[in-house]
Amino acid sequence: MRAWTCEKTFKNIMLGNLSKVPGKKLIAQIKVALFLLCLVPSLRLLWLAINDDLSANPIEFIERSTGFWTLFILLATLSLSPIRLLTGRTWQLQYRRMLGLFMFFYACLHVTTYLWLDYGFNWTDIINDVIKHNYVLVGTAAFLLTLPLAITSNNLMIRLLRERWKKLHYLVYIIAILGVIHFLWLVKKDLREPVFYGLILALLLATRIYYHFSNTKSNKKTPWKCK
Amino acid sequence: MIIQKKSDIIPSEITPREVFENRRKFLQQAGFGLLAGAAAGLLANPSYAALGKSTSLHRVSNSLIKLPPFSKSQYGGGEKLTPYEDVTTYNNYYEFGTSKDEPAIHSKLFKPVPWTVSIEGQVKKNKTISIEDILKLAPLEERIYRMRCIEGWSMVIPWIGFPLAQLIKWAEPNANAKYVEFTSLADAHQMPGVNLPVLDWPYVEGLRMDEAMNPLTIMAVGLYGEALPNQNGAPMRLVVPWKYGIKGAKAIVKIRFTEEMPITTWMKAIPSEYGFYSNVNPQVPHPRWTQTSEKRIGAGLFAGRIKTLMFNGYTEQVGHMYAGMDLRKNF
Repeated sequence: MRAWTCEKTFKNIMLGNLSKVPGKKLIAQIKVALFLLCLVPSLRLLWLAINDDLSANPIEFIERSTGFWTLFILLATLSLSPIRLLTGRTWQLQYRRMLGLFMFFYACLHVTTYLWLDYGFNWTDIINDVIKHNYVLVGTAAFLLTLPLAITSNNLMIRLLRERWKKLHYLVYIIAILGVIHFLWLVKKDLREPVFYGLILALLLATRIYYHFSNTKSNKKTPWKCK
Repeated sequence: MIIQKKSDIIPSEITPREVFENRRKFLQQAGFGLLAGAAAGLLANPSYAALGKSTSLHRVSNSLIKLPPFSKSQYGGGEKLTPYEDVTTYNNYYEFGTSKDEPAIHSKLFKPVPWTVSIEGQVKKNKTISIEDILKLAPLEERIYRMRCIEGWSMVIPWIGFPLAQLIKWAEPNANAKYVEFTSLADAHQMPGVNLPVLDWPYVEGLRMDEAMNPLTIMAVGLYGEALPNQNGAPMRLVVPWKYGIKGAKAIVKIRFTEEMPITTWMKAIPSEYGFYSNVNPQVPHPRWTQTSEKRIGAGLFAGRIKTLMFNGYTEQVGHMYAGMDLRKNF
């Protein structure tokens, strides 16, 4: 079966009546709802902390939780483009920046917990931990790479950097891969969870790669434009 | 002729119909009874009562085993005990699941009685001993020990047990016995984690003979004044306070004396990270976790880390056993 027939079938299954683009008002409402939803994990942690209910190892609990939500929101952000590629819908892309910044927000909470609550800003211990333990090193690299993306996430920087902005933001793929490796290397023996997220990431990246190559072959500029 | 197979169930074990039909209610009542009893017991004991959290809603004692009276010992003291709730809800016990909260949940129906331990290998003769007889082997005492997990956290636990040396004396090893190997139960019916190929079941641990005979090494049968909860290794587990927690084999069913060094489960799983000795040693780095400092469970969100001590602070009692050994090689 050729690619375009696949695409067409997929569209028919996925879309139905939903293929209609939601109105401006609805898009804004969804944005507010998403914003509040993304805040829930952090508010939950705050609530649990106030009630002294963060398990026997509260610091590890916060590290695990913020780490998980960083990865989760990152994967959610990365799934917006594949949705476009598979269904032709584009309106969901408007939430990409907000989701990306929430990923950065949870990454910051994660790193702050590590530096402050876990290591009490003891830089000798921290540097030793980063250098000597592979999963920490990979995690640190991933976090440092998110900094330029967060800094350049505003409209001004997009205008200033133009084509370079796009290239710079390809870093998000590296960050995601490092994030999954960070999780994978942290786990002692039960690899089910990190492997699961690794597979999701692989699927998201594979979709992009597939469309990228099928486009260059058939010389189509953008698959979602062809009807 | 019809040969009838005798039922495996003895009549006294058959649940009366009315009890069966009211089983939910029975369980509820039993649960509340336990809770009330446990709360009363903890409150009555002033040294444990201070640990506020411990009276909250958690199943407390292991009602299936009755512990004989125990005496306090000179070990421990001075250090703040890790709250009961933390000791019994934050466990590494992969047979019941790989996350810390799973053992307390999945071990609720585990049956630590009847229980026998078989003694094998380099001994005068192979034999078995029931948990009831083990409890009569030696007087029980309370030992307050630090426990340092290889993952970088630690607890202070008031164990109840007896020196492993007493059990070894009863086992009568021969002159060829250089090591002791401990095997844990791996019963897939009772232990859901055993169905996962995470580790090579059953769990195996080992000690050198002199380590096993060291007065600090105990077989624990209880904690916090009562029988060992299932999630902590009921009915009997090993406690070796100068080694990382992985050495503490739980729910032991077999003790084998060997001439060769046993291959432990974690050595087999990741040889580069886990050695036979697994002594707490801040000078030997681990590829995954910081070993120079640790988080004390129950100390709170802002307590920070404390320095990890050589041999977990028990150098005086155990240091001589490793004189002249390269502990970086023998990690």
